[in-house]
Amino acid sequence: MTITVVKPGLLSTFQDLGRFGHQHLGVPVGGAMDGRAHRLANLLAGNPEHEATLEITLVGPTLQFHSAGCIAISGAQLNPALNGQPVPNNRPLTVRPSDILSFGVRQSGLRAYLAWHGGYVLPPVLGSRSTALRSGMGGFYGRALRKGDSIQAGAALHSEQLDALQKQLWNLKVYLPAILGLMPRQSVRATRGPQTDLFTPQSVTGFFSSEFRISTDSERMGYRLFGPELNLENTVELLSEATSFGSVQVPPDGQPIVLMADRQTTGGYAKIAHVATVDLPLVAQAMPGEALRFTEISLSQAQQLDHQREEAFERLYQTLKPLRQWLQAASIPDPTAA
Amino acid sequence: MTVAGLADSPWSIQPQGDRTLLLVHECQGQASVDTGKKCAALAHALRHAAIPGITDIVPAFSTVALHYQPTLFGASTSIKSLSAQVHKVLSARLEGPDAPVTSRTVDIPVCYGGQHGPDLEHVAAHCQLSSAEVIQLHSDGAAYVFMLGFAPGAPYIGMHDQRLDIARRNTPRLALPAGSVAMANRQTIIYPNASPGGWHVIGATPLSLFDASREPAAVLQPGDRVCFVPISPSEFHCLKQAQA
Repeated sequence: MTITVVKPGLLSTFQDLGRFGHQHLGVPVGGAMDGRAHRLANLLAGNPEHEATLEITLVGPTLQFHSAGCIAISGAQLNPALNGQPVPNNRPLTVRPSDILSFGVRQSGLRAYLAWHGGYVLPPVLGSRSTALRSGMGGFYGRALRKGDSIQAGAALHSEQLDALQKQLWNLKVYLPAILGLMPRQSVRATRGPQTDLFTPQSVTGFFSSEFRISTDSERMGYRLFGPELNLENTVELLSEATSFGSVQVPPDGQPIVLMADRQTTGGYAKIAHVATVDLPLVAQAMPGEALRFTEISLSQAQQLDHQREEAFERLYQTLKPLRQWLQAASIPDPTAA
Repeated sequence: MTVAGLADSPWSIQPQGDRTLLLVHECQGQASVDTGKKCAALAHALRHAAIPGITDIVPAFSTVALHYQPTLFGASTSIKSLSAQVHKVLSARLEGPDAPVTSRTVDIPVCYGGQHGPDLEHVAAHCQLSSAEVIQLHSDGAAYVFMLGFAPGAPYIGMHDQRLDIARRNTPRLALPAGSVAMANRQTIIYPNASPGGWHVIGATPLSLFDASREPAAVLQPGDRVCFVPISPSEFHCLKQAQA
């Protein structure tokens, strides 16, 4: 049950929801940059949310499947095609042995997530299948995919049942509420933090009102932004402390960095604000060269939005119960199970 | 927000984004082993309390971060009750003395100077000491592991003798070998992997500080005491071979 990498794409790595429980040992969380799209892809492929997906960046890979299965793609619109025929994002899709999945020109977003029903066979490292590129561990041998790589699929479907399954999927109505999609927003919502008051009032106002351009230096560790200089009231050297996904730290040059999935677990730069979890996907899908603006919201607003998204995911999970039942019925039992 | 009803507590609970609570000690200015130990002790107590929804407890110099996942809260738990449970741990600690956290002392062999410590002489000159005196002050007694950060298994250790005070390098080096033992501001860090670095490299350890396939994965943990043990280049070589 393998998947062959015909072309690797720009940066294709396996990610799940991250590596938790070891940050006190300096182990970064990592995981999907757009956790929302990762979870969507999994649910639409009948997977639990924590299953690894392939995180695809800008230029997608070309993959050949050697078994029948069900996949789903969420996140950036990178014009996927199966055997040259365009296929939609956010739908469960059947694939047959020898089918080839490829991607075309990017239409919107930056990162897409490919889920395979049954997951990919990747040994977990410290409880996660996410790829820690910096330390070369986890995912597929701790690195991005290369041409010729062979990936083990975790499960396959009975080829003979695909036609019937396809009919069932065709009739499956999936409604994705706005909060699970990536609605374009004018600005990224963020909260003040413990160190916001270390900055000059003009800098804080400036942060929440100016446009920042995303530098080409931006990647999985953080997004470097160019904009008006943000200054501390007093130049103090701060003691290192834990960082969070979405923390906006400001080094001495006054240019903010939004800390993302592969951020180091601790840092000593002052943090001016923290991106609300609900808007992290907005940052994850923004391209170098594009602009970001920030809007201040309260912590309780941020938590309410986070909660609303969680409730929407729970409802979607319930709605997709028939999908999981059909896929279960069409699955080849795990040959590795004793 | 300071801990409501716990005006005497030296800790304040400050939200850092919507998935982290930062517990900040009032002595947050200068690094001190005393404050560091309080952070390790609080982290230990919080770990012991096993509050549902918390995935990571990260002690640092004067803070303890609680990373949480709302999806892991039970039906009856919420952010409010998470804070309430943290309150409970903090107020329990006000009432009694800090239970001593049994800490381990770990020996870290270090080959000082020469090719392993290209900055040793510079540090000595800056501190107006001989290289031998720097080694002696650095390896005398035990130092404290405040936290791990910047890379898996990478420790922040201190505080060294007052005489070993030197600011970071003006320009970081681009490629320090794995195991580099480097100093700045009376602290030591050890780079577990080859990486750029801005601290002064006075030696190297042959030990592999982190291995995900090992249990435990990291050689050092926050709260440990460290004894640096000077070794010779040939001992370094032997220990390094033994690891392979």
